[in-house]
Formats: sequence, structure tokens, C-alpha cells
Amino acid sequence: MVSLARLCLALCLGLLATTVQAAFDDDGMVARVLACTACHGKEGRATPSGYFPRIAGKPAGYLYHQLINFRDGRRSYPQMSYLLEHLTDDYLREMAAYFGALDLPYAPPAATSAARALLERGQQLVRHGDASQKIPACAQCHGDALTGVAPFVPGLLGLSRDYVSSQLGAWQAGQRRAQSPDCMARIARQMAPGDVHAVATWLAAQVVPEQSKPAAEFKGKLPIPCGGVAAPAEAGSAR
Amino acid sequence: MGRAWLVWGAGATLLILLAATALVALNRLDELPLPEREAAAAPASPGLIAQGEYLVRVGNCMSCHTQPGGPAFAGGRAIATPFGSVYAPNLTPDDATGLGRWSAAEFWRAMHNGRSRDGRLLYPAFPYPSYTYITRADSDAIYAFLRSLSPVPLQSPPHVLRFPFNTQWALAGWRALFFRPGTFVQQGTQSAEWNRGAYLVQGLGHCAACHTPRNALGALRTDAQFHGGLIPAQNWYAPALNSGREAAVTAWPVEDVVALLKTGVSLQAGVSGPMAEVVFRSLQYLSDADLRAMAVYLRSLPPQDKPEPPVAKPAADLMERGQDIYRQQCAECHGEQGEGRRGAFPALAGNRAVTLADTTNLVRVLLQGGYQPATAGNPRPHGMPPFAQSLRDEEMAAVLSYIRNAWGNVAPRVDTIDVYRARERRGS
Repeated sequence: MVSLARLCLALCLGLLATTVQAAFDDDGMVARVLACTACHGKEGRATPSGYFPRIAGKPAGYLYHQLINFRDGRRSYPQMSYLLEHLTDDYLREMAAYFGALDLPYAPPAATSAARALLERGQQLVRHGDASQKIPACAQCHGDALTGVAPFVPGLLGLSRDYVSSQLGAWQAGQRRAQSPDCMARIARQMAPGDVHAVATWLAAQVVPEQSKPAAEFKGKLPIPCGGVAAPAEAGSAR
Repeated sequence: MGRAWLVWGAGATLLILLAATALVALNRLDELPLPEREAAAAPASPGLIAQGEYLVRVGNCMSCHTQPGGPAFAGGRAIATPFGSVYAPNLTPDDATGLGRWSAAEFWRAMHNGRSRDGRLLYPAFPYPSYTYITRADSDAIYAFLRSLSPVPLQSPPHVLRFPFNTQWALAGWRALFFRPGTFVQQGTQSAEWNRGAYLVQGLGHCAACHTPRNALGALRTDAQFHGGLIPAQNWYAPALNSGREAAVTAWPVEDVVALLKTGVSLQAGVSGPMAEVVFRSLQYLSDADLRAMAVYLRSLPPQDKPEPPVAKPAADLMERGQDIYRQQCAECHGEQGEGRRGAFPALAGNRAVTLADTTNLVRVLLQGGYQPATAGNPRPHGMPPFAQSLRDEEMAAVLSYIRNAWGNVAPRVDTIDVYRARERRGS
């Protein structure tokens, strides 16, 4: 019995040593981003139920923009701004590239009990938009598969309903801003509260396709200009 | 009867007049009359501008005078104080909203006497109680650099201060009590290097602004220079620079002090909280000679350690609970024996930041995590994860009590209420 306990202890310690070692492989990035994965989930693959969004596998340019937006006050979440306050553009670019390159499976979506009409409205907006409200289809920029377009446009699947609706709400309220011209702010402000709810509900109920990587390029022209899709603004250059 | 009133009245009036005169006189100490019309200044030489740029780094002017993500030196950032918010003004040479119309003499009067171009007294959130010690030549170089910037038209918002702190009279009273313009005096018995260090630390570096405690009216306590204190409104504790139990560097090799100031990390310690900002925006840009001078001066500060009060070891069940949490949450990085991992995660055994009597910083680091500043000497720092989401106050108190009393560490335990208070009070 005692020897069994010893064996178990030795195994556990061995396991621990392996994790720490793993943390120091990969140019040490795993160990360097432990502050990120504390909230964004192991390896940055948050579950669909949590508020903190998945960051693993998102386009690197998009992640980089969000990091500098938090640092420079265009996005408002004190914990994020606090962590990033004294980090350089170069290091944030490296962190973004690290998470962007991760290719990890997605958890299945949370079950939804949403009304069919709501889901249909959500799907309609995502696939076709609503010309009468000047809302372009989400798919027009975020890709037919909704897995984003490299390197700047994020995928919309594998995120929780609360997260998606609170981001659209934040854009409406000016709490979330992007590089100018801020296309998403413009689109979000066209959306009625019910439409935000419908889009977020439908997106959160979708299974992420096997091929979850962002598309390589846009299929057509962007419906409106987007500052976040161009080269990064030099807002942080003075730092 | 009427006559007595008259005498009393006259006496009181005289006293008030005397007090007002004294107040005005004390507020005008060491103020030179401004030149009637300043001779049109010759364009500043590139050398002078470069020198000014360096000095502006030393003074860390940009941190307060730039909004996050905003144009450099154009002001507008709110500086929180216990009396309200003071908005840092625009330092770019814009005529209407910045220093465009200021002369070098007016700029010197602001730095040395704390008086604005229009004669208004300035709030000491602008650290002129320290800047007063800089030389006129350094002030002129800073002025030349600021003049060389592109003007940015940006009006900073008016200060939001409570009555009576929003009046010039209250400020005049404060200054009469607590501010005297000063001149840095070289100590003949000390080396040139020591004197340079003292000049930087006491003057432009304005280290006292955080590391010297303040009285109830927000004035630096001159009787307790560098004794450490809670930074008002920010709620970080700036450790004493002259206490071996806090942040004295007397026992460190000079090179290690230089490394901490230049890169944010040394073999003994790393910077966090507001000091991370100071390293990130200011100290990492200083010349090795100046950092060395500061280190020489800091190492010479006479120790002020009081006898250590006896510490009761936390109860065994608290230590066990703390150890459990430590093993699950902390040991992977900080080591089973609190030994840390060199170059990545700090040791907790023998770490003064862990055993500091004031636990504000310790609790905040656990709540919010944090990255060391990314500097040229440490460009890819490691970060501490925030635990505010995953540990309850009571669990934080247990694990902190444990690390303060394991592996030879000795310090009073942390109570749940301490964690709660730090959680409620922390700034953003």
C-alpha cells in the first residue's frame, strides 16, 4: 500500500515536472503567457460557456490589434489594460503570433433552447444581412465558413452568446473601439437590440467546422472601409 | 465698550492683514521677477534639445502628460488624488492649449516655484516639491526639447477638486505650510558620482513623490524621507528605500541595483505596480553612468530599521490550508520550496515583497497578476496570472499567510479582511 502511494507520488511529481518542462519549450512562450491562459483557458481555448473568449487559433493580426487596443484604451477592460500596460508592440505581436498559430480542437457548442424564429432571424442576418437596416451579412467579411479571414478578421464561431452580444453592445456604447474607420462600430449601431440577441444566439449554437482556420483572403470587396483590416495603426509607436 | 471693540477690531484686521502678507510672501519666496520682455531666444541647438529629451525621460514627464493611446505630451490624463482629480496639462508648444506662449523664465518658475505662466499656483500633483531642486540649465534644456515638439491643439479638462481644495487660497495656505523652493547643494565630503545620484533621485527623478510618506494634507513628510508609504489614490505601497526589510539596496552589489533600474529585474527582485511604469517609461532610457550614480546614492542611505515586532506564527490549520492551495496553484512556477525559477519566476523564500509588513502589494499581485515591464534588457518578461476570478478572499488569505511563514519567511498572517479591502480599494 505504502509503495503504491510512493509510486503514485513519483508519477504525480513526474507529471508535474513534465508540465513545467513543457512550459519552457516552445521558446518559453507557454510559460510567458500563463497570465493569459489563467482566464482564457488552458492553451487559450476557452469553453463555449465561459465569458472569456477563446484566443487560440484566432488570426494573429486580429489578436495583435486587440492587445494594443486594450493597452492604449480603445477597448475597456481594466484587468486586460493593467496586464498589457508596460509591454511593447514587438512582444505583443509575438504573443499574438503564438496564440494565432495554435491549432486546437473546439468544444461542442452549448445546447440552445432559443425560439426558432430567433434562430432564423440570427441566421438571416449572419448569412444575408438586412439591406433595409444597412446591415451587411457577417459572412461577407468574416468568411463563408465564419472562421475569419487572415490576418485581421476574427472567426465568429466557438464564442459564447454572452460574449458576442456584449461585444456588439460595447461597440454600440463606444466601450469597444477599433482602428479608425471603425466598421464594426458602424454596423453594430445599425443593429436593434433584438438583432444583437438573434445573431449572438445563432452564432453560439453553431458547431465549429473541422477546418477551423481563417480563410486566406476575402472573396469579394469589403462592404465598408475597416481600419482594423489595413496595416496596424502606429498608435503605439511612441511607446 | 465701543472703544474696546474698536481696538479689538483693529487688532484683528491687522492680524488678518499680517497673515495674508505672510501667506503671499511665503508663496513668493525665491521668485525672480520675470524679464519685462525676453530677448528673442536663439533657436535651440540640436545638442540642447537632445539633452532636454534625456532629462524629460529622467523626470518621466510623459507618463502623466500623455493619455493612454493619446498624442505624446499633449496632456489630458487625470491624476487621481485624495482631494479629487488633477488633469495634466498639454506640454506641446500649442499657443492656445499648450506651452506655446511660455518663455524659458516662465517655465523655470513653474519647475522651481510651482507657479504657472498666468501667475496661478500649481497643484503639487505636479511634483515641483522635487523638481524645485533641478538647475536652471536643466530646466532650460527641458524647455528647449518641449519647444521642439509639434504643437498639438488639445485642451486638458479643468481639474475636479472638492472645496476648499479647488481654491487658490487653500493652495497658498498649503504651500506656506509645506513648500519651500530649494536648490540642490553638493556635499563636498561625497564623490561626484554620489552627488549626481542624489541630484537625480531628489530632483528630477522625484522618487520621494512615492517613497516618502505623506501627511493628511498630502504633503511629503520631510522628517521621514524615503521611509515608504501607501501611494494616495493608487493604493500601492512604495517600500522604504532605507529599510533592510523593505527596499534598501545597501547590501546589494551596485551592478544589481543598476540592473533593477535599467531592466526591471535583478537577481534579488523585480519591479511591479507603479515602479514597473517608472522603469518602462523612464529609467530604462538612462545612461549607465547616471543609473550607477543613483545606485551609489541609494546604497548610501542610512538604514532606518526599527526593531522588528514579534510575529505570531499562523495557526497550523491555516498553514495547512495555505500549503494545499500553494501546491495546487503556485508551486508549479514558484517551486515546492518557494525557490522560483531564475530568469522567469521570482523566488518567494526570502523575498522582501512577500514579507513586507504592508500587504497591499502582495494581495494586489495575487488579485491582478501582472507583467514585469518589457525593457531592452528584459524584452520578453514573464507574467503572474490574476487570481481574482479563481480564488476566494479566504483562500487568498490562507495562501498568502502560508508563503509569509514558509521556508524561513516570518511575517504576520494575512486576514480575509485584508484581501477584501485590497480588492475594494485597488485602482484600475
